[in-house]
Amino acid sequence: MIVASLVPLQATALGLAVLASTAVVLTRDPLKQIVVNALYGLVLVLLFVVFAAPDVALSMLVVGSIAYPIVVLIAIARVRSGKRDR
Amino acid sequence: MSRRVRTVVLAPALAGLSALVYWGLAGLPRFGDYRGPYGFIINRVATPERHMTNAVTAVVFDYRGFDTLGEEFILFAAVVGTVLLLRARGTKPEGERDWIGSDGVRAFGLLFAGPTLVVGLWLVAFGTVTPGGGFQGGVAVAGGFVLVYAAADYRSFRKIGNEHVLDFAKGTGAGGYVVIGLAALVSGAPFLHNLLGPGQSGTLVSSGSVAFINWSVALEVAAANLLLVLEFLEHYDVPLRGGGK
Amino acid sequence: MSFLPYAVAGWIFLVGIYGVATSRNLIHLALCLTVTQSSTYVLLLAIGYVKGGGAPIFKGVKLGTTAVDPIVQSLTLTDIVVSVTIIALILALALDAHDDAGTVNPDELADFEG
Repeated sequence: MIVASLVPLQATALGLAVLASTAVVLTRDPLKQIVVNALYGLVLVLLFVVFAAPDVALSMLVVGSIAYPIVVLIAIARVRSGKRDR
Repeated sequence: MSRRVRTVVLAPALAGLSALVYWGLAGLPRFGDYRGPYGFIINRVATPERHMTNAVTAVVFDYRGFDTLGEEFILFAAVVGTVLLLRARGTKPEGERDWIGSDGVRAFGLLFAGPTLVVGLWLVAFGTVTPGGGFQGGVAVAGGFVLVYAAADYRSFRKIGNEHVLDFAKGTGAGGYVVIGLAALVSGAPFLHNLLGPGQSGTLVSSGSVAFINWSVALEVAAANLLLVLEFLEHYDVPLRGGGK
Repeated sequence: MSFLPYAVAGWIFLVGIYGVATSRNLIHLALCLTVTQSSTYVLLLAIGYVKGGGAPIFKGVKLGTTAVDPIVQSLTLTDIVVSVTIIALILALALDAHDDAGTVNPDELADFEG
């Protein structure tokens, strides 16, 4: 089923993407940044769906919610533990 | 160079780069005005020719299968590099990184480990029919296994996510792709040619040897991601004991 | 609307580069790098979009309905999965530097010797 006019949806998704990406860069603390990055990933999933690309949306969903947070959180924890010892 | 000097140099450089980027982007055709014939041809031809209703999977594994082989080896090489870097540090003593303190995390892991695994396997199996495929499903399967760690403790995770098993699985996945391609070569057809006949489109038995390539890519992606998580956790200094530091 | 997606992709790219250049923490730098990578995904999908086109999946859909380009989607989806391992490699390098020098601030790392 092709929605007749996707244009307002696409414009909204693009606007949200601009805001979310700026928020990711401006968040300096890595622990808060990984949460904002997961939200940015969700905005990108929405964008990919309204661009008629379900495979890419699935890929981004799985990666942005599962793979990225795990890897970055473990790295953050290790950096913090090292700092506390010194 | 001090930080302030770097910021002063950054501003004009970034402005110049922006001008160049936007000038380049302005030369593209208008949004929605897709001109190239290749995309239209593949959309027309994929289902009748290869019996795959998912045109993207047809491109990834069949029409452009050789490029996917290259991408798979990028993944393989990156994981090998990471593992080498982390293992060079030596392992920390066992027994410290044992249990998860929070009950909410354990409940979540318990509830969702099974469904995530099943959804991941479904994504891989039906990759040639509906959206999905080896890459997406592989990461989801890895996620399901990591939730076992969230539900239980590190020792249970070690039983599944053993280094030797994962290394073997990753190598089998990567090598399997090449072997399937070579099998076609042996029987006189070009490398990675679709050996088994295309089946009935819209069912699981479609697309011939692409199904096997799909599964071997899923195996490699899942094993690679699990190995990454395992190696990062293994060389982890601080005990995971909840409450206090 | 005809130029908006490309403009957004360009903005995300530049914002990511700004984040990398002014970063004070190597982990923050790695995540800004992922933002820059995501701008290429948006650009690729915007190039392949066909006006009024649906997804390039033809199960139960009559052959010949307008669909968007599947080739750029194939490039993008393998790229997304591979980028995770690349970021993991960068983070492993950052952890190595942290173990040697005791800091993840790129400014202080530059002064560290050996």
